[in-house]
Amino acid sequence: MEFLLQQLVNGITLGGVYALVALGYTMVYGIIQLINFAHGEIYAAGGYMGVILISWLFSQGFPPAVCLGAALVLAMGYCAMLAMAVEKVAYKPLRQSSRLSVLLSALGMSIFLQNGLMLTQGVYDRAYPTEMVQGGFEFGGAVVSWMQVIIVGVTVLLLVALNLLVFKTRIGKAMRATAQDKTMSALVGINSNRIISLTFAIGAGLAAAAGIMVGLYYGSVRYDMGFVPGVKAFSAAVLGGIGNITGAMLGGLIIGMIEVLAAGYISSEYKDVFAFVILIAVLYFMPTGIMGENVDDTRV
Amino acid sequence: MTIRASKLWLGYGLAMVWFYFLLWPLMGIKPEGLEFQTSLAVWGKVAAASAVLLALYQLKQGGAFRFLEKPAQAGAEALAAVTGRVPTWLALCVVAGAAVAFPFLTERYAHDVAISVLVYIILGLGLNVVVGLAGLLDLGYIAFFGVGAYTYALMSVHFGLSFWLCLPISGCFAAIAGCIIGYPTLRMRGDYLAIVTLGFGEIVRIVINNWMSLTNGPNGILGIKAPGAYWFNKGSFEHIWLNNLEQLYFVILGLAVFTIVAVYRLNYSRIGRAFEAVREDQTAAELMGVNTLRLKLLAYALGAVFGGLAGTFFAARMKFVSPESFTFIESAMVLAMVVLGGMGSIPGVILGSLALIALPEVFRGFELYRMFVFGGVMAVMMLFRPRGLWPAKRMGVRSEEKD
Amino acid sequence: MTKATPILELKNVTSAYGRIKAISEVSLKVYPGEVVSIIGANGAGKSTTLMSICGVLKPVSGEVWYDGARIDGLAADLLPSRGLCQVPEGRRIFPRLTVEENLDMGAFFRTDKDGMEHDKNRVFQMFPILLERRKQHGGTLSGGEQQMLAMGRALMSRPKLLLLDEPSLGLAPLIVQQIFRIIQEINEVDGVTVVLVEQNANLALKSSSRGYVLETGNVVMEDDAQALLANPAIRAAYLGE
Repeated sequence: MEFLLQQLVNGITLGGVYALVALGYTMVYGIIQLINFAHGEIYAAGGYMGVILISWLFSQGFPPAVCLGAALVLAMGYCAMLAMAVEKVAYKPLRQSSRLSVLLSALGMSIFLQNGLMLTQGVYDRAYPTEMVQGGFEFGGAVVSWMQVIIVGVTVLLLVALNLLVFKTRIGKAMRATAQDKTMSALVGINSNRIISLTFAIGAGLAAAAGIMVGLYYGSVRYDMGFVPGVKAFSAAVLGGIGNITGAMLGGLIIGMIEVLAAGYISSEYKDVFAFVILIAVLYFMPTGIMGENVDDTRV
Repeated sequence: MTIRASKLWLGYGLAMVWFYFLLWPLMGIKPEGLEFQTSLAVWGKVAAASAVLLALYQLKQGGAFRFLEKPAQAGAEALAAVTGRVPTWLALCVVAGAAVAFPFLTERYAHDVAISVLVYIILGLGLNVVVGLAGLLDLGYIAFFGVGAYTYALMSVHFGLSFWLCLPISGCFAAIAGCIIGYPTLRMRGDYLAIVTLGFGEIVRIVINNWMSLTNGPNGILGIKAPGAYWFNKGSFEHIWLNNLEQLYFVILGLAVFTIVAVYRLNYSRIGRAFEAVREDQTAAELMGVNTLRLKLLAYALGAVFGGLAGTFFAARMKFVSPESFTFIESAMVLAMVVLGGMGSIPGVILGSLALIALPEVFRGFELYRMFVFGGVMAVMMLFRPRGLWPAKRMGVRSEEKD
Repeated sequence: MTKATPILELKNVTSAYGRIKAISEVSLKVYPGEVVSIIGANGAGKSTTLMSICGVLKPVSGEVWYDGARIDGLAADLLPSRGLCQVPEGRRIFPRLTVEENLDMGAFFRTDKDGMEHDKNRVFQMFPILLERRKQHGGTLSGGEQQMLAMGRALMSRPKLLLLDEPSLGLAPLIVQQIFRIIQEINEVDGVTVVLVEQNANLALKSSSRGYVLETGNVVMEDDAQALLANPAIRAAYLGE
């Protein structure tokens, strides 16, 4: 029982991180129907920016809370800029090309960014200064670390902020309108290129936050850390119904939970397999996902 | 329409500022303090190189190279006239002669590279059946390579079966794996297919990595036998192992020729045309009476067979297999060959394999930058030459890409 | 009536989809306050003409002038704020936005909250059914309601020139009548200039002052609406007599 509770706590932590990454996939897919392979690398870049900034700020003598907060905000901004640059260089010129071309361009960007990280940051793990936040509390037999509390707290905050942005603001409405009908949104005066760029930036910001939190949680980052979580987060987006924001959050939570439970009760070696099996099963049995609406491309 | 010069350079300036903002935090923020020199040095090189490229582009737009056009065109015409007069069979003979003479003219290191190139040619052609002909994007193709390699490795180590017997067995196993992977993915749209095949590729690798009792996990399998042969020696046939690189070169050359002929025949067969019909317009193909589901399954299986053959040879050549050889990046590499060379085009795929395997060997000193450049080139290719270096003649738009 | 300068003028506009020419050398003028209809058979290039005006399709050659400025080559999203607005064929409601959000999107470029609120109430007055359905997704509305929503959305931008593409398509006669009454009201009360593209030539010409006839991408006739209605060739070709 205590073991289960502990697994659930860990699952929520991990699931929240997957949800943050999945949002980037789902938003970009919703608006330009592209599996943005480079998204996993943006997440990795976020993780690295986190450790770079936290280490520096810490060495300047700032208190841990300031270090964390500032690093989070700056890394999100950095990744937003990075994703906008990638979009502008590698995807925007291909807007009229076949979908395969854009997909391959995305794949190329993913390899490019991953190796760029390797070249500038080295091939070895880089340790996070996790000693900043220590300790935790016991809750019904399960140990909850303060780090987990911070991770879940920040995740919830970001998810709420995103929901407000997308469903309550004028820009959010414009984003949804552009995803549904680009020609018509141009006819009402929406600059779709700007909206697409913004979508990439928001998705990247969330991924950067996720990268930092994973770095804090596991204690280190690596240049190729983006690949597997990237695929899992995409699975989460598909599970929730691609293009659907609420679905991506739900999907991330489910995938994280399943992974932790599978690792705890079945086999930790095969935990990565479960995410892939779920992805394939979902696509086979309910290709529109749990929250899916009319994803079949009859969007008129 | 030409973009105005001032606008072009303004864009360049903005892009470079943006680029520096992205570069500096990665290189210049260190716990010891902030540092600008290394990042500025890198930035300066990139900025200068792109300025030169941009200036060349502008000169070209302005017509500065027009004086080159005439001689270039004349040269191309002369070349076409010469090559046009040489019959295809003669050209093929020259290529074949060169391929056979190759190991006698070069040394060990070159043999090694040539063997790699030929393995990748087989892989590229196999993937080309799936991606180029049938239009199904497969990001987990290397899994079949792995299935082939492990099939032979296990058969050889545990049962002592010979390489030649294992070739068809591995092919069959890979084909079965192809069907297993293919079946659930058949009804999916193009880009879902990509992610699912990627997932399958990873599953195969993870299973190989963790199934200790069968595959010995990450430690791999040692002691795989080389191909054997009977060779006329001192008045009688005796059994020898084809251990040295020259002999292995001829084995893989034979396999590659077999693959090329098979894929060529397939290209122009009834089934090949049906594949193309499915690629160009699935609905129309279905209405014409093509069984699209069965065809797609067949495409997967056929592509997988070639992957399995290449894998078998790979295991025999290395005498060792481990899961590390079958990662996603290898799948991406093979796909890049097909795309770079030209989807659906046999000479294109051969050219692509040469470019991606042999060229980096020439620039050995830049080993670290290899994948970095490769990723960038892949994106740039999509921009400037999306149909590849040697495009296939019969390629249209895939049905699902039309809006 | 002396008409000073046209609010919209097309000078020899040619547009193409890839290599296929859809309209060639189309010239037309629309004066402030008019209702002008463009009639023609299926595939004559009516919708292409509107898309070329709105900047969705860039003309291969020719000029488009609107409100004293040349607008061909401008991005489509710059035009609504200048008062040029289109209700495209098939209405193109945002299906997963609510009715109210769809209306808000019509006023995307506007920042005057009070004015927007006022205009929204005006639209609800015009089409009370939209008020009832304001929280519903656009995709769940019936065809007639969608047409009303599309027009309401266009009105939210306070257009000076409204381009309507097949507003009667697929609607019940009663609803068509209602729609056309509204078009008249917009024109007469608000002074909005209207360009009406229609296959239903009879209906279109009866509510317009002038008309253009398009045939395979060319303007073959232009005249007062009454004259066109009386023209035996037109009657034979487009009015089913």
